[in-house]
Amino acid sequence: MKKELICIVCPVGCHLTVDEALNVSGNRCKRGIPYAKKEMTNPERQITSTVRIHSEVFNRLSVKTSAPIPKAKRFDIMRALDEIDLTPPVETGDVIIENVAGTDADIVASRRIEK
Amino acid sequence: MKHFDIAVIGGGAGGLAAAEKADRLGMDVVLLEREPFLGGILNQCIHHGFGLHHYKEELTGPEYAMRAIDDIERSGVTIKTDTTALDYKKLGGRFTIRYTNAEEGERTIEANAVILTSGSYERTAGGIRLPGERPKGVHTAGKAQRYLNIEGYMVGRKVFILGSGDIGLIMARRLTLEGAEVKGVAEIKPHPGGLTRNVVQCLHDFDIPLYLSHTVTDVRGDENLEGITIAEVDDAMQVKEATEKHFEVDTLLLSVGLIPDIATLGDVHYAIDPRTNGAIVDQTYQTTQDGLFAAGNALHIHDLVDFVTEESLRAALQAAAYVKGEVPPREKQVDVVTGETISYALPQRLNGDYLDKSVTFSLRSRHAYEKGTFLIKQRGETIERFKRRFINPAEMEHLVVEGGRIARGSGVEIILEGSS
Ligand SMILES: Cc1cc2nc3c(=O)[nH]c(=O)nc-3n(C[C@H](O)[C@H](O)[C@H](O)COP(=O)(O)OP(=O)(O)OC[C@H]3O[C@@H](n4cnc5c(N)ncnc54)[C@H](O)[C@@H]3O)c2cc1C
Ligand code: SF4
Repeated sequence: MKKELICIVCPVGCHLTVDEALNVSGNRCKRGIPYAKKEMTNPERQITSTVRIHSEVFNRLSVKTSAPIPKAKRFDIMRALDEIDLTPPVETGDVIIENVAGTDADIVASRRIEK
Repeated sequence: MKHFDIAVIGGGAGGLAAAEKADRLGMDVVLLEREPFLGGILNQCIHHGFGLHHYKEELTGPEYAMRAIDDIERSGVTIKTDTTALDYKKLGGRFTIRYTNAEEGERTIEANAVILTSGSYERTAGGIRLPGERPKGVHTAGKAQRYLNIEGYMVGRKVFILGSGDIGLIMARRLTLEGAEVKGVAEIKPHPGGLTRNVVQCLHDFDIPLYLSHTVTDVRGDENLEGITIAEVDDAMQVKEATEKHFEVDTLLLSVGLIPDIATLGDVHYAIDPRTNGAIVDQTYQTTQDGLFAAGNALHIHDLVDFVTEESLRAALQAAAYVKGEVPPREKQVDVVTGETISYALPQRLNGDYLDKSVTFSLRSRHAYEKGTFLIKQRGETIERFKRRFINPAEMEHLVVEGGRIARGSGVEIILEGSS
């Protein structure tokens, strides 16, 4: 059976078709192929969110997963973020949580907050 | 009074790019930003989807801003944050700009040219004549995004979203991840307003229903929002009878469009294009007021920050050329008109004595097409053609016409011949 998917790797949003043998068509670039295969077997997503920080300007520090994580772990990660309470300075890319929710991915800062 | 070559108003992606570029071109530049931080709207857009064109990698909004902020901090630009530009005047070919901040109080500076990169504001409940009451709990989506991602508080627990633009879709996901129940998104048009990828990863991923061809017909609640009603609309956008659905919600978010923010003007007048709600500009991004340039969302609404950056770089290049006296006075004007299938194109006019330089047209199609050809015509003859695939009103197109191709004598017509 063929399955229709929309590639979300980039904003173009190609309509992909995947057959049982995991042959992919409809992709406008090669990044669509691994995406479709992954989506059929173990869908992954990037998570972006914020954590508490005591800064003069911001109440939240924006963070992201360092790599895509299994879709099923999304809410486990959100719970882990609730535990965080930071004080500046934080640099872009600083690791905030290592190996978050057992995913092998880290939570890293996506911005700098100096004070 | 302090004098600068160029004053840049607004330190979002557009202003950062414009100021840094003008500085690199040897200009003495001042950048005024109302917020205590640079980066503008990018600071609250914590999701991925920025930078694929400009940096060739996918960044979050804050990461994109950080790169531009690092560049500006290494430059010679005079940066004033927490500083609001109040109004401008023009005297003897120069601008005076009045601004205010806590440190200096109210001050006036002078500049030979001004680049307006003041971004956009959101259309509100009044702006779309939303029916029903106005209890607490009705917010614009961008405000709610700012509350959540910068100030750190949730707007509500049971949410409905009107409008399926990217901001609405992104907020549906964001609020769901934060534990709210998003009961649905209604879109008055028969197709979603935002990118398909956002419909997939923000709505489908969380089983949030999208009601196409639906709008909000009632808002209930005395002090606090208690519920809303949506109903289906027909092709003429008239509400169909007996199609109502009721939702109990404490929050209604409106994601119903952005409008260029050019409110701070004072005595300086220039012409507005009713199609974009922004200024009419020529190929130098100069408004009809000599020396006043505009770029980014302050000029027309962009869906990709990369294009804001690139447009602002072009505007800065031209503003610097203007200050150096390299742009000829605008004596011979060439008008640009668009065919039925194009909703708008920029620039709307060309300086006829500057056509030896290339012209970048930014435009949007009125409809979606599988394939299409954009034709640039003069006196009925095609002087340039651009083939494009997957043309979509949600995605801005760019057409670059090399210098010397457009003649001085007659108007330019841009036509889109599309096929599905
Ligand atoms: C919710 C949302 C999601 C988006 N998602 C994406 C995406 O996934 N990918 C993508 O590429 N793009 C996305 N965009 C679009 C892109 O981020 C914006 O188009 C771009 O950042 C706008 O930049 P700008 O500099 O024109 O405006 P802004 O960032 O709005 O900057 C304008 C600045 O001017 C300042 N200002 C205004 N008036 C004054 C004054 N009088 N004095 C001093 N300062 C003033 C403001 O404080 C502000 O900082 C998104 C936009 C939004 C709103
Ligand atoms: S296949 Fe390539 S071009 Fe198409 S959406 Fe995926 S990443 Fe983008």
